[in-house]
Amino acid sequence: MTAEPSMLVAILHAAINAGTPILFAATGEVIVERSGVLNLGLEGMMMIGALSGFAASRALGDPWLGFLAAGGATALFALIHACLAVGLRANQIVSGLALTILGCGLASFLGNALVGEVAPRFETVPVPGLVSIPLVGPILFRHKGPVYLSFALTGLAWFFLYRTRPGLALQVTGDSPETADAAGIDVPLVRTLAVAVGGAMAGMGGAYLSLADTPSWMDKMAAGRGWIAVALVIFAGWDPVLAAFGSYLFGGLVAVQLRIQAFGYSVSPYVLSMLPYVATLAALTASSLRPRLRLVSGAPEALGRPFDREERR
Amino acid sequence: MRLVRRDAPSALRSVAAVSVACVIALGLASLIFLALGRNPLEAYRAMVVGAFGSWYGLSESLVRMVPLGLCALGIALAARMGLWNIGAEGQLVAGAIAATWVALFLRPPDWSMVWLVALAAACAGALWATLASVLRAWIGVSEILSTLMLNYVAQACLEYLVYGPWKGPDRFPYTVYFPQSAWLPLWPGTRIHPGLVALVVLAVLLWVLLKTTRLGFEIRLTGDSPSASDYAGVPARSNIVLVMAISGALAGLAGMFEVTGLEHRLPHAVAPGFGYTAIIVAWLARRHMLGCLLVALVFGGLIVGGEDVQITLRIPQGAVGVLQGLLFVSVLGAEVFEHHEVRWGRR
Repeated sequence: MTAEPSMLVAILHAAINAGTPILFAATGEVIVERSGVLNLGLEGMMMIGALSGFAASRALGDPWLGFLAAGGATALFALIHACLAVGLRANQIVSGLALTILGCGLASFLGNALVGEVAPRFETVPVPGLVSIPLVGPILFRHKGPVYLSFALTGLAWFFLYRTRPGLALQVTGDSPETADAAGIDVPLVRTLAVAVGGAMAGMGGAYLSLADTPSWMDKMAAGRGWIAVALVIFAGWDPVLAAFGSYLFGGLVAVQLRIQAFGYSVSPYVLSMLPYVATLAALTASSLRPRLRLVSGAPEALGRPFDREERR
Repeated sequence: MRLVRRDAPSALRSVAAVSVACVIALGLASLIFLALGRNPLEAYRAMVVGAFGSWYGLSESLVRMVPLGLCALGIALAARMGLWNIGAEGQLVAGAIAATWVALFLRPPDWSMVWLVALAAACAGALWATLASVLRAWIGVSEILSTLMLNYVAQACLEYLVYGPWKGPDRFPYTVYFPQSAWLPLWPGTRIHPGLVALVVLAVLLWVLLKTTRLGFEIRLTGDSPSASDYAGVPARSNIVLVMAISGALAGLAGMFEVTGLEHRLPHAVAPGFGYTAIIVAWLARRHMLGCLLVALVFGGLIVGGEDVQITLRIPQGAVGVLQGLLFVSVLGAEVFEHHEVRWGRR
């Protein structure tokens, strides 16, 4: 296989495009899990985001308004998880699953009327100046608007987690809610806010699918990306920057999968479509096998454990 | 408002909590019907009549109950041990593929056909679950994510087969029909197949297993207190593999019954979400084996009644999915009020 530079550029460009929806969802989930809450509802939230983004863009006539609406609507939807898992201290695994099932069901039901419709979509906006940098320019700076937003959000998430006081409060809440409580941090409030932010991010990831990646509405269009994002958070060791690289790795897999026949290999597209899921399994196995592969520390200490002020441990 | 943990809830409190949850879910779903301009009470009445009001409706509800119930039994059994089998959908597909392979390509003698088909399906379902359970038991990979990923892999395998090498002569994604010896007998005038009997027998067997056997005790102990079962020397790893294999085998059998009892060939849509709905069934049944039967019947009726109102009241597809999701969320919320008392004001 002779990979010319133009082919390599095309694949890396496509990797970023395909990785962006996963990046939004995974970065949001990093924030949520760092607060000690596990939200397995990503798949359902992405579907809600994809639908509400598409519907709002169609109604309001602008993809950015659709994108914002997707973030808002999905943040509200995520509050169901906050009510159950934080407010009522229900089992977080079941609550997340319920959110996924409800989200996929709602999106499928409400989206019936939108199948085959068109809505204003994101167009490619090259960044003036930067795009003419050789190699890097065409890979990084010839994308649709939300991709640039995702670059910024990754940096912002890193800065927030490691360089600000609220970020520190979030980490303490996830590692030891009792300590956080003793330090005067409102644990349920922090966790609820984190769940809402994670929901907004997952919703924007879903909206990227329906407004930029494959601009249309299709039932089940998230196709497991939400679950891949959950796995990616573990693979990335709960770090937003590593989560971004992981997302692009998966995006690259999709990009290669779509082009493998162009290289002259004849592999069934159905076999190729297994690739992201098998790779996710492999990544999960690798990150469990070799703890050293986790470049940063492991899971937040209190991940999945409800906090009850009155049940002192 | 504060929640104070209470000891074992009374049966009355449990029933009351679940009833309130169902009323809330139905109430929320009513808003959607109202938004569509349909009378919700009429819709619910039509659903109940469609599902249970006629012998035909009831028989169809019983047909849908079989895959839901079999998958739910497996999910509930694993859940009793604290394991999350989210992969019933993929295990069902694996079972259906294996059953098809035996019926179409192995072609055993007629007298052994249905038994070998069932054996292959159970083994395939068990194997598919074992891929996840081995990773969980020895390496610590979350079985939630691994079983879920395997669902997508199984569906891709199925599509590869029915669009590729196993495709029948016409343009549609089906295999050819199985030989007659692989068709299960039907209750005259209905589509009820022996899977219904198998479901009831297996539910009772599993209930006995949990209640009376050493393995059952170990499963319950591990589920209630992993540290206590560790201390008691319960073989955790082999039990994880064994329980997940039983769980997968049940889903594999569900796949077999779908193809040999109903379709008589392998379609690309053999698993329209039964494995996911079964998670709700298992949870609503409180992971109780016999409870799974009852809830599976109700959910089978929900599917049949939902298809009914979709046509008669022209309600868009997917309303049942929303109702199921709402039921799941509200019952989950209600469960908290079973185990906690609400006190108002600050302490």
